[in-house]
Amino acid sequence: MGFFDKFKQGLKKTTQLLNTDIRDLFKREGRLVDEAFLEELFAILIKTDIGVQAGRQIVDQVQSDFRGRVVHLEDVLDTIRKKLKSLLAQTGEPIRWAETKPTVILVAGVNGSGKTTSIAKLAHMLRQQGKSVVLGAADTFRAAAVEQLTIWAGRTGCQIVTGPQGSDPASVAHRAVATAVEQGADVCIVDTAGRLQTQQNLMQELGKIRRVIGKQIPEAPHEVFLVLDATTGQNGISQAKHFSEAVDATGIVLAKLDGTAKGGAVVAIWQAMQLPVKFVGVGEQPEDLIRFDADNFVDALFEGLLGTS
Amino acid sequence: MREGLELVRNALLEADVSYSVVKDFVDRVGAEAVGEAVLKSLNPSQQLAGVVHRELINLMGPVDHSLHLRGDLTILMLCGLQGSGKTTTCGKLGRMIRERGRKPFLVAADLQRPAAIQQLHVLGEQLGIPVYSEPGTSDPVAVCQNAVKEAKKQGADVVILDTAGRLHVDEALMDELRRIDRRVSPEQVYLVVDGMTGQDAVNSAKAFNEALELDGVVMTKLDGDARGGAALSVKQITGVPIKFIGVGEHLDALEEFHPDRMAGRILGMGDMLSLVEQAQQKVDQEEMARAQAQLEKGEFTLETFRSMMAQTRKMGPLQKIMGLIPGMGAANKMMEGLDAEGDLNRIFGIIDSMTPAERRNPTKLIDQSRRRRIATGAGVEPHEVNDLVKQFDGMASMMKRMNSLGIRERVKMMNELQSGGFLNPGAQLTREKKGTGKRLTPAEKARAKKERERELRRKKRQQRGR
Repeated sequence: MGFFDKFKQGLKKTTQLLNTDIRDLFKREGRLVDEAFLEELFAILIKTDIGVQAGRQIVDQVQSDFRGRVVHLEDVLDTIRKKLKSLLAQTGEPIRWAETKPTVILVAGVNGSGKTTSIAKLAHMLRQQGKSVVLGAADTFRAAAVEQLTIWAGRTGCQIVTGPQGSDPASVAHRAVATAVEQGADVCIVDTAGRLQTQQNLMQELGKIRRVIGKQIPEAPHEVFLVLDATTGQNGISQAKHFSEAVDATGIVLAKLDGTAKGGAVVAIWQAMQLPVKFVGVGEQPEDLIRFDADNFVDALFEGLLGTS
Repeated sequence: MREGLELVRNALLEADVSYSVVKDFVDRVGAEAVGEAVLKSLNPSQQLAGVVHRELINLMGPVDHSLHLRGDLTILMLCGLQGSGKTTTCGKLGRMIRERGRKPFLVAADLQRPAAIQQLHVLGEQLGIPVYSEPGTSDPVAVCQNAVKEAKKQGADVVILDTAGRLHVDEALMDELRRIDRRVSPEQVYLVVDGMTGQDAVNSAKAFNEALELDGVVMTKLDGDARGGAALSVKQITGVPIKFIGVGEHLDALEEFHPDRMAGRILGMGDMLSLVEQAQQKVDQEEMARAQAQLEKGEFTLETFRSMMAQTRKMGPLQKIMGLIPGMGAANKMMEGLDAEGDLNRIFGIIDSMTPAERRNPTKLIDQSRRRRIATGAGVEPHEVNDLVKQFDGMASMMKRMNSLGIRERVKMMNELQSGGFLNPGAQLTREKKGTGKRLTPAEKARAKKERERELRRKKRQQRGR
């Protein structure tokens, strides 16, 4: 670099400084909104798994709002938080209750996302509310999945309907709903085998389970929950899309949010198809399922990410 | 160039490669590509694509698929987050090891999740592999220690420990893992990672690696549409090789990891889109336009032919290109065992040995002596020059006809050509040389020749009939 280049660069900084808003000059430890600042912001957003598109949108917005001004990163994040909170905010009950009992909930998701554990927690929550619950163990594929749910049924005090391994999951679902109707149970939760959303035949099987339930009670299933692993990245969008197509998912249960993963993929999913998060799994104990709260979720989204880039 | 890098960056981020890994990668590749582009002054985007692909492969390599099994007793330990696929992988590994003629022994050390022990027992039963468990205990360290003793007693030589899924921030459980590691000291510790993991992959992999000093990684659930960027993140953070990938729910769905395939997957290649990109990058648009214009005027020379073939070739091996085009599967099958590349080389050789005048009007100009000269120059037999000229004749007349047709008729015609004896009935692509194992007598040769000629006449008649 020649002498003149250095000189010019020095001048450039001064010019930039002169172009900044005069109010910003008096802010303590503020930062100029320049390429580096925007890149840092982008990094923080990406680390939440929010995705390139949504991240880029937010950064572009910040750029047009604050470009050339001196700000605190924390203030900018505050603005973003407010926007995300209003975007994700929900009103009303997380579960659409049936007018006449039972309310049927179908639970689906990819392998290992935490379906069975989430169902156990959900059952526990409903039992705490004094509701009677029938579980349908329609995961007849994975080894010992039925046993796993049976143990949970015992712990939470629910009735369970099972079938032998390898049997038709739709028939188990059918019997579970029939049992719930017969006994006048408040809620029937049907577990299904984990499946990747690209497995056509298995997705069709899921559609069949849904139809079989619908034949017994016309409005059922009242809720179809997609269980999403919070550590999942951009593939979550594909999961939400395909499961919605196959069984008309009505909401997401975001499992395993007690780790360091942020679960930002649900923001991208909301933007793409307005599929809301209903519950959040935050531990291994039966009571570790809480209602989704946009404020808490968004606050946690950027926690621990500042100054790490 | 900058735009190219931006595209690469977004592709990697969308594939869930961790941000810090992407940043380092793009910075380094950018620097390298600039250096190389200056050196070789090639098309920069083409250069970039090559560098990116190569670098990705480098980063995810070197491959090491060995389980490093010892002669006597080898202990493998699997660990990972909840739901990453440890128990299934345990069964798959057991199956793989038994296929290699060893005696695997599975240990159900997951005492957390209800029915995890039963799950492993069911898998063991399906595979006919012994499974060790201690119902009623709550100390996985003791279970592992007892299991190793039991395995020795039973004469097994590979013990696989299936530990409980745990969060990397759960200090108590991570400590338990460390205790198992100390007491049993497994030869190989593998981290099982969900192939759909997002940005958090770096955090968990780092924590597990610090606690246990991993020896390898198994990546699961890659049979879906996840791009699997976590593979790159985990490799970068831990530095240990990715050994296997899980590609299905069935117990034989465990494959060795290949960095080249993974690189393609992460970049989202291997589909029609990438072919288009390749074509745009590699085909000289101007040259193609010129060839097109010439064709439309009905001027088809060997020069045009050569430049067209050369352009096609830039995209990659012919067979691979055909494979990428939907509906070309049949043509691809036809090409099996054919030495298409060698054929093309010979054709280039022949055309390059011609004078410009000969290339423009081969049928009229090339006589016996010219033919001999060209053949010597290209290192082929004189009849091969003749074959090419004949083939060219067929093609030229076809091209002329094609120009007067609409697009639909053109496609129809191409299909006919493909199903019938290709462009010139006499011309055949050379097969890869294979001995037939028998020598023909002169009489037999004559008969075969007659047979061929009859076939040729029949085909010609058919063509005229149309």
